[in-house]
Amino acid sequence: MTILTYLIAYSATAVFLVAVAIRIHSWVRMPMHLRWELYPVAHEGARASYGGSYLEDSEWWTRPRRASRWGELGAMVPEILFLVALREHNRQLWTRSFPFHFGLYLVAGCTVLMAAAGVLGAWLPGLMAGPVGGLLRVLVPLMGHAGLVLGLAGAIGLLQRRRQRPLRDYSAPMDFANLAFFVIAFAFALLTAWTVDRSFATVSELVGNLATFNIAPLRGSGLEAMLPCVAAILLAVLAGYIPLTHMSHFIGKYFAYHAIRWADEPNLPGGAQEQAINDLLRLPVSWSAPHIGGDGTKTWREVATEDPDR
Amino acid sequence: MKQPDGLKDIARRPGQPLALVAPNDQTPLPPPFDRVDEDPPIRPLSETARSAYAVLDDTIAVNIERPKTEDEEQALVEAFLSGLAKLFSVPDNWTFLQPLEMSMEHCARCQTCSEACHIFEESGGNELYRPTFRSEILRRIYFKYVKKASPLVHGDIDLNWETVARLIELAYRCNLCRRCAQTCPIGVDNALLSREIRKIASQEMGIAPRELHRDGSVLQLAVGSSTGMTPLVVKDNIEFIDEDTAERTGLAIKTPWDVVGADILLIHNAGEIMSWPENPGAFATVFTAAGLSWTMSSEITAYDAINYGVWYDDIQFARVAVHHAAAARRLGVRKIVLGECGHAHKALTVIADKVLTGDLNIPRESGLVLLRDIVRSGKIAFDTSRNDFPVTLHDPCNMVRLMGLVSPQREIIDAVVPEARFREMAPHGVDNYCCGGGSGFAIMSGHNFADWRHHVSGRRKFRQILEAFADEPMTQDHPKYVCAPCSNCKGQIRDIITYYDAWEKAGIYYGGLVELVVNAMVDAKPGFIDWEWH
Repeated sequence: MTILTYLIAYSATAVFLVAVAIRIHSWVRMPMHLRWELYPVAHEGARASYGGSYLEDSEWWTRPRRASRWGELGAMVPEILFLVALREHNRQLWTRSFPFHFGLYLVAGCTVLMAAAGVLGAWLPGLMAGPVGGLLRVLVPLMGHAGLVLGLAGAIGLLQRRRQRPLRDYSAPMDFANLAFFVIAFAFALLTAWTVDRSFATVSELVGNLATFNIAPLRGSGLEAMLPCVAAILLAVLAGYIPLTHMSHFIGKYFAYHAIRWADEPNLPGGAQEQAINDLLRLPVSWSAPHIGGDGTKTWREVATEDPDR
Repeated sequence: MKQPDGLKDIARRPGQPLALVAPNDQTPLPPPFDRVDEDPPIRPLSETARSAYAVLDDTIAVNIERPKTEDEEQALVEAFLSGLAKLFSVPDNWTFLQPLEMSMEHCARCQTCSEACHIFEESGGNELYRPTFRSEILRRIYFKYVKKASPLVHGDIDLNWETVARLIELAYRCNLCRRCAQTCPIGVDNALLSREIRKIASQEMGIAPRELHRDGSVLQLAVGSSTGMTPLVVKDNIEFIDEDTAERTGLAIKTPWDVVGADILLIHNAGEIMSWPENPGAFATVFTAAGLSWTMSSEITAYDAINYGVWYDDIQFARVAVHHAAAARRLGVRKIVLGECGHAHKALTVIADKVLTGDLNIPRESGLVLLRDIVRSGKIAFDTSRNDFPVTLHDPCNMVRLMGLVSPQREIIDAVVPEARFREMAPHGVDNYCCGGGSGFAIMSGHNFADWRHHVSGRRKFRQILEAFADEPMTQDHPKYVCAPCSNCKGQIRDIITYYDAWEKAGIYYGGLVELVVNAMVDAKPGFIDWEWH
């Protein structure tokens, strides 16, 4: 059982990392698009408070661009942690979605701490014997219990909400299955923690072994070892599954903001964007409507500078 | 309420409307327009129209003829699927591929966007107008029929000619104001998807509302303006406007034409020249008084800032943008300044930014920014008491939410209107509501579409206007000014005021921003704003 757990956990982690990398790569390699920003744009400094832009400046192209990365962080961090937009625009759903997401963060954070504890225990056992180890042994179960409770409550709430109209009418069977998967995985993990692993010692051992590539059997036996293994398998498979679905919005959201909503970088004459634009204007157009005149060989530059109707 | 019972209804009830908006389904307007029984009725769609064209609800914007044979039905479906596939091809749709993929992939169907949509809200919450209704149908068609994915994963939908025709028609029940996108926690943009559907229809199937295409961008590229004005006619009209403005202001005005080497090329929405001549007249007055070096161009397309392609067709959009820039290049101006036209602002300043390269990349600036600078400069003296009447400001979505131009218009108003007389709408700025005429609606009035536009898409703006003036006597002898610094918005607000008879009943008048500036100019004769309804 333990070996199977290690195998599945490593496989799921690999799937997660590869899928995330592919997703990021696919967003990064997308061609430049026409500007489609949406205000407020967070890096516009003081103007961001009312939604203003550099286009409010007279002769804006003669002024140096000042994009405030702190402004972006100030918008993104609360958005990621507390789902600010959802709280503002859909409070009813936020009461379910916020615990769900925050629970996920806590569970993920707890897993990272367990892995860190495993690595520190193998490489710096003295450190783990001191206050750092003590702190980790407090934080891990705290974050783990809190994360699983919040995540489970949120997942049940979201599933219940999705069964109601209008969400139900717009959902595919897989949307329900995804949430059900979260409910099952979190419920099982929570049950395991409450029954056989209240201090998260067994699961910490498991994750620590995974992090140090120590393929060793767990110290416990019977249900004490089996239940944490099953819980770990469920959560690992869930982690590997998420980036394969539209739930990968945790990646897409970065690009939605940085590459679309806030992408207000102007194309200045002689600037870095011109070459890329000229390359795109050389692409062929194959749209079929008669007024386009696109036969699959004419380029964007050609169809934009001629007009078959004239 | 007659509304669809689910997404799959899009393919069902052939020839029947899926939704109807009845006055009783809608929230009453504020006084004195709060009597639902006094609401002007939406005239029903004629039987002739119903039998000739695809029917979505009780109006028609696009006029998609009903196929006469099964082969024609199939051809319509195939053309749509062909266009849908091209939307995801880099060569054909690099222009919007990334935003499109984002909105197709990541919607959580949480419906957070719904309440942000003025059309959905003012329809009484009719499911057909929910922002995600058309998006989800598009998504399901794409995944099931183009990507061949399982309906278990992405949802099921039936595809027939009615689905295609209704979806295209439904893309014209969205103002593309992107207020829904602003509220999306993930960044999904239903307005973008509406526009992409319009692009499939136009760029692949040759289907677009006549007002936008044949009488819009095609006419503009052919004769110079969607108004039909040729270079000769526009110069003649401006000459008349100069004379009229000089008479009204007592100031000598002569609009310069085709001045090579001028600093500024000013481009108006030509609709201003035809329908609101006081607006270009006021610009000429202010520019002359400020001593600017400026010109207008009589080159075809360059005296009309409109670019309807921004609403439905990337190629037509690019063609018009290139014409505008090329005219500026030939004149050798330092910058292009756009008059009071929201979509022209966004089209040429923002969206064309990644189309214009080399010597076509001539800086573009908002006319509001230039006016703000003139007002600030102290070159012109103003007497705010000349604008001693209640004023509210409409924020055109294209300028504000989509460009971040929020402050200049307010700074101008601060300088020319008594502080106590100005009141903001709620909400305003980047959170504003569309006038209801956005994305071409303001110029679309086929069949009974204007009734739908006034009754549904424009109703939230009218509600906001009434709420802004709620503390004022609602009588004609107490005139109130809705300042709309955008030609399309102004047309829509004029139409709403006319539809509800709000000038006669409540003294609600409308106009642009530069008119308020000239009305307050000390050197001009008083009374530039004449309160004559037109």
